[in-house]
Amino acid sequence: MHKERRVISVIVKNEHGVLSRISGLFAGRGYNIETLTVAPIPNSSLSRLTIVTSGSHRVIEQIIKQLNKLIPVLKVIEHEELIEKEMVLAKVPLEERLSDVEALCRAYNGSIVNVGKDGIIVMIADEPTRVAHFIYALKNFNPKEIIRSGVVAIER
Amino acid sequence: MQQISGAQMVVEAMRKEGVEVVFGYPGGAIMNVYDEIYKHKYFQHILTRHEQAAVHAADGYARATGKTGVAFVTSGPGFTNAVTGLATAYTDSIPLVVISGQVPISMIGTDAFQEIDAVGISRPCTKHNFLVKDAKELPFILKEAFYLAKSGRPGPIHVDIPKDVTAQIAPFDYPDEIRLETYKPTYKGNPRQIKKAVAAIAEAKKPVFYLGGGIIRSGAAELVREFVAAAKIPAVETLMARGTLRYDDPMLLGMVGMHGTYAANMAMSEADLLIALGPRFDDRVTGKLSEFAKYAKIIHVDIDPSSIGKLVHVDYPIVGDLKKVLEEMVPLAKEQINPDRYESWREILKRYGELHPLKYEDSDKVLKPEWVIQRVGEKLKGKARISTDVGQHQMWTAQYYPFTRPNELITSGGLGTMGFGFPAAIGVKRGVQEEISINFTGDGSILMNIQELMTAVEYRLPVINIILNNNYLGMVRQWQTFFYEKRYAETDLSMQPDFVKLAESFGGIGYRVKTKEEFDEALDDAISKGVVALIDVVIDRYENVLPMVPAGGSLYNMMLEYKDEG
Ligand SMILES: Cc1ncc(C[n+]2csc(CCOP(=O)(O)OP(=O)(O)O)c2C)c(N)n1
Repeated sequence: MHKERRVISVIVKNEHGVLSRISGLFAGRGYNIETLTVAPIPNSSLSRLTIVTSGSHRVIEQIIKQLNKLIPVLKVIEHEELIEKEMVLAKVPLEERLSDVEALCRAYNGSIVNVGKDGIIVMIADEPTRVAHFIYALKNFNPKEIIRSGVVAIER
Repeated sequence: MQQISGAQMVVEAMRKEGVEVVFGYPGGAIMNVYDEIYKHKYFQHILTRHEQAAVHAADGYARATGKTGVAFVTSGPGFTNAVTGLATAYTDSIPLVVISGQVPISMIGTDAFQEIDAVGISRPCTKHNFLVKDAKELPFILKEAFYLAKSGRPGPIHVDIPKDVTAQIAPFDYPDEIRLETYKPTYKGNPRQIKKAVAAIAEAKKPVFYLGGGIIRSGAAELVREFVAAAKIPAVETLMARGTLRYDDPMLLGMVGMHGTYAANMAMSEADLLIALGPRFDDRVTGKLSEFAKYAKIIHVDIDPSSIGKLVHVDYPIVGDLKKVLEEMVPLAKEQINPDRYESWREILKRYGELHPLKYEDSDKVLKPEWVIQRVGEKLKGKARISTDVGQHQMWTAQYYPFTRPNELITSGGLGTMGFGFPAAIGVKRGVQEEISINFTGDGSILMNIQELMTAVEYRLPVINIILNNNYLGMVRQWQTFFYEKRYAETDLSMQPDFVKLAESFGGIGYRVKTKEEFDEALDDAISKGVVALIDVVIDRYENVLPMVPAGGSLYNMMLEYKDEG
């Protein structure tokens, strides 16, 4: 069956257990979560979750209906046209060609954010596919650690 | 404003909600609440002998009365015992409020004595749940619990209250009404969709009403009867919808699905339109999905949007409360539908019914379970509530009992919970005391909550348990017969208690019967004495439930009989 990738934003009431309710829904029904990010919405009692998931058309439809059914869920937004961003933090040893690293980061909307005793820390924020390219390219510089955030998305 | 303890709030909330009975079992974490119960007599508390039974009893009460059932249990093992009851009610959409005690807030997460993550466990088997962190929140949460249980698609709500919260003093301002920003069930169906659906019925040649449990839950049976009578369209019922139409309604083809009638299953298979009113398209009904109602367009009315299109493609989805939708739909249908149009279709189905009616071979040597059920039907039709446990006896009851009205049959359909029948029947009897409460059960099922004999005797709730005793876990034995070459692995229940003495030891009456006369006498005696009874009916050990669609098979490929080749 054809699988599609979907970015879904869920606006929920900020209350006890709401995150486990949502992740539990995915786990209990065998739905897939690729990434999940969550943070409070400023000046409100709400939080916004951004979930990247994939599945057949019917599965995606069920995910959306089931999310809507949860009592603390205010709104489920299925993005059609959207800007997606994901962030990467990585640690690169000082011995590497740091000017090349910096140039690479700049190409992906990023920069060096910290210089320490034995390494530098770089940060980029870009679209998920470009993030994958960045990580691929960064491998040339023997990164010691790469940390990738989940996706945040906003309607165009 | 009034300042009272959390425990008092619980009791006050029951009063405000008009709760007349609570089923429960005390323990350390919920003692503050029980102490309040002791002081006030706002409602009757029925002490069951097991928490599972408390929740099933509340469930039976809710099904029989249409009110919300309530149960109280303590933390840890008290709560875990209640989980099967919650899951049973959840699958069948029954409104319940279950309140559990929890260890004090400061001890949550320390593996304290009798601590368990109750809301974590109940999350997947409740409509919603709460852990109360402050007594200030209790009035709103309790109001919300009752509101959520009953509104939209009904279901069980679990409220977990730590012991220090029940001791805490806080202002009590119980809301009259609740408005939740995030929860707005759709009650009214979309008028355009309703119009389209009626037009589709008017154009169909072979339509079938596919009646499901949502009809019973929304109280729409009267309207369905009106609809069916006006349109003269044949109808099939799921297990959960039994009693929507009277057993003798000329349009009723019987139960559909794995143990449905030939006519009902053929109607689904050959229909060009299904008018699905509140069913779940359960796999016990549909059989093999790719073969299910292959030629039919589907109208599906359900209050829960996630039920629609979950398993099959629906051509006319209508989200709304069935009763509200039918109020719009029936008058339109009366205008537009010409019942003569389906004449030849009705003829075809009538012939199917005559070709393969429900049948069994009666005997004078050994009692047949079908006979027993029909006999009870002849005597009590319309005068009794019928509960069941789970197994062959449940299916025979659904097939052979002459149901006359909604909620006459109380059974665990979705989860199929053995041990449900007796405690549920106790709740039923408490709810509708003027009626006789019969529980058809099996020799396996009855032992799963037999301790409730004590509850029934103590509170004078004279449930009559009719054990269709085949000395087997019959339904499993039947599958072993058909699909496992008679390897009866762990289904032989020859080892049995003396059910007569067992009933007597609890203060009830026991009967053991082997003939039709003995059965009649026992039933009459139990009814006239109005006592808690076990009638141990020795039936044919090898009787099978037929017809049968093997699991995963298609509805039109039914085993109509089984010839035993030794
Ligand atoms: C709690 C629980 N455990 C196991 C099952 C599986 N099961 C379904 S029917 C059945 C046999 C029931 O036997 P009995 O109560 O004697 O009824 P009969 O089928 O003989 O009428 C079993 C074990 C179940 N439905 N529920």
